[in-house]
Amino acid sequence: MLKENYLDRQKVEMKLARQGFGEGIVELAKKNTNVVALGLDITDSVKTGLLRDAFPERFIECGIAEQNAMSIAAGLSLVGKIPFVATYGVFCPGRNWDQLRISVCYNKANVKLAGAHAGISVGPDGATHQALEDIALTRCLPNLIVLAPCDYEEAKKATLAAGEIDGPVYLRFGREATPAFTTLQAPFAIGQAQIFRGGKDVTIIGCGALVYEALQAADQLAKEGVEVEVINSPSIKPLDEETIVTSAKKTGAVVSVEEHQIYGGLGSAVSELLAKKNPAPMEFVGMPDAFGESGQPEELLKKYGMDQETIVAAVKRVIARKS
Amino acid sequence: MDIDLPKEANKIRQDIIEMLLEAKSGHSAGSLGMADVFTALYLGGVAKHDPKNPAWEERDRVVLSNGHICPVLYATLAHAGYFPREELKTLRKFGSRLQGHPNRFVLPGLEASTGSLGQGLSLACGMAWALRLDQKRNHVWCLTGDGEQDEGQIWEAAMFAGKYKLSNITQIIDRNNIQIDGHTEDVMPLEPLKEKYESFGWHVMETDGHDIEEITHVLNETKKIFEKPSVVIAHTIPGYGVDFMEWKSEWHGKVPCAEEAKNALNQLRSLCGNITSEHE
Repeated sequence: MLKENYLDRQKVEMKLARQGFGEGIVELAKKNTNVVALGLDITDSVKTGLLRDAFPERFIECGIAEQNAMSIAAGLSLVGKIPFVATYGVFCPGRNWDQLRISVCYNKANVKLAGAHAGISVGPDGATHQALEDIALTRCLPNLIVLAPCDYEEAKKATLAAGEIDGPVYLRFGREATPAFTTLQAPFAIGQAQIFRGGKDVTIIGCGALVYEALQAADQLAKEGVEVEVINSPSIKPLDEETIVTSAKKTGAVVSVEEHQIYGGLGSAVSELLAKKNPAPMEFVGMPDAFGESGQPEELLKKYGMDQETIVAAVKRVIARKS
Repeated sequence: MDIDLPKEANKIRQDIIEMLLEAKSGHSAGSLGMADVFTALYLGGVAKHDPKNPAWEERDRVVLSNGHICPVLYATLAHAGYFPREELKTLRKFGSRLQGHPNRFVLPGLEASTGSLGQGLSLACGMAWALRLDQKRNHVWCLTGDGEQDEGQIWEAAMFAGKYKLSNITQIIDRNNIQIDGHTEDVMPLEPLKEKYESFGWHVMETDGHDIEEITHVLNETKKIFEKPSVVIAHTIPGYGVDFMEWKSEWHGKVPCAEEAKNALNQLRSLCGNITSEHE
């Protein structure tokens, strides 16, 4: 599932998850003439430009009008198209949430929406452009599937999976090139989590690029004799309840890791699940109910507590709380 | 055509009064005001549709963007034969297929679930774009309210339709001059509405919203415009046919009590006092 020597930061290949998204759309479009994409003025940045270049007649430039684009996408799908609408996460689903709720989700429209540049690691653009609330915004909507892949390869698989099911799907990506540490053969399915590393003392459940940091933290803790189980949970909704509950039962302590506000994201989803099925002490690594600022990704991840060091500290705290 | 269209529109209005009385909530003025337009669209041969086969591939797409006037849509669909008229009185009730705002999954004849103002014109644009890509001739009819023109999304969609010259769309604006807070020109002035749409690249036509012959003619004319999307500004009287409701913005989101309903039905049954009613 994971590439050989993936923990070697010097050697691991760095790739854009959104590149996997764009390539996934083109692959789908080659097989299905109904696949179309909507442009929102940052077409090359969010990689829908790949479809525009391959199939120009199936690309619709909408300008800077996210609300219009979301409802147009719903209209396209009601006539049988499979539209992909992508821009930065702060605008989609941020700006066009009501259109997502009614035009898309209430209509069960077969729309695939993507929020790129999610997370604090957006960096220099600062607080306005760092989408840290999008999982909360999408997770609460009926009929909507929410996916946050961890790297390039998984982003591509998630895009293909999204295109092959009938119904709305939200896909979340970061801005930066991040470690491409999963293999082409690694399994992906909506509703499934994968155990990237087995362990008995504590469970880390993460999504997005921070899963790599969680694996680094687990490796560091192993040297101190702590056996960490690391679960990658790209499918935030539906959640892989079985894998998560089984692991929490085994380890008795859980840490969630995500580049999202600690309220409403993957951590909230996991804690809701565990409160029902298997209560366990939990720590939440994420944005601590704050807006971000400008800076380099690593500076911001450190300041707001979403780096390897913070994950290690959270693991130690949660272990201390085990009864 | 054998159907007496004005008579049908009158019956639709009577049904609307009875539905709203039964439902105890809903929107009276806009529903009554648009009965003639809906009659022309569904019963006057303007929109291609088949009540016996709601999923007919060749059908036109009708999107009611101002979903709150769905009583007139429901009543018209029942008159067209999509479902039994008796069901109209279940409007807004628990378990009913006649939801407070249209739900496309439960009632035949609905193309989209709508109700959040401003979204329907964009939905229509998406449909029209897709139909054109597929080289289909189906026309898209989108009904909007004039108060709804306050929404920014309407103008995003107007720009889009203009850019792509979506001539397979006809938007019909219910220009009744009222919204909940009062007169449209006091709440948020829309005029010059015609010139606004023209400057956005639309072909604009106007019609008396209560002259079914004229409405039918104008709507059919828009199908012959191949360069631009069309918009028909239908000048209607809110609450048309019931004297104490006409022109009154307070009747936008209000329903009649039993006595008012009786009065309203008497007025409609006697064709606004033009004939003596045969029975009370």
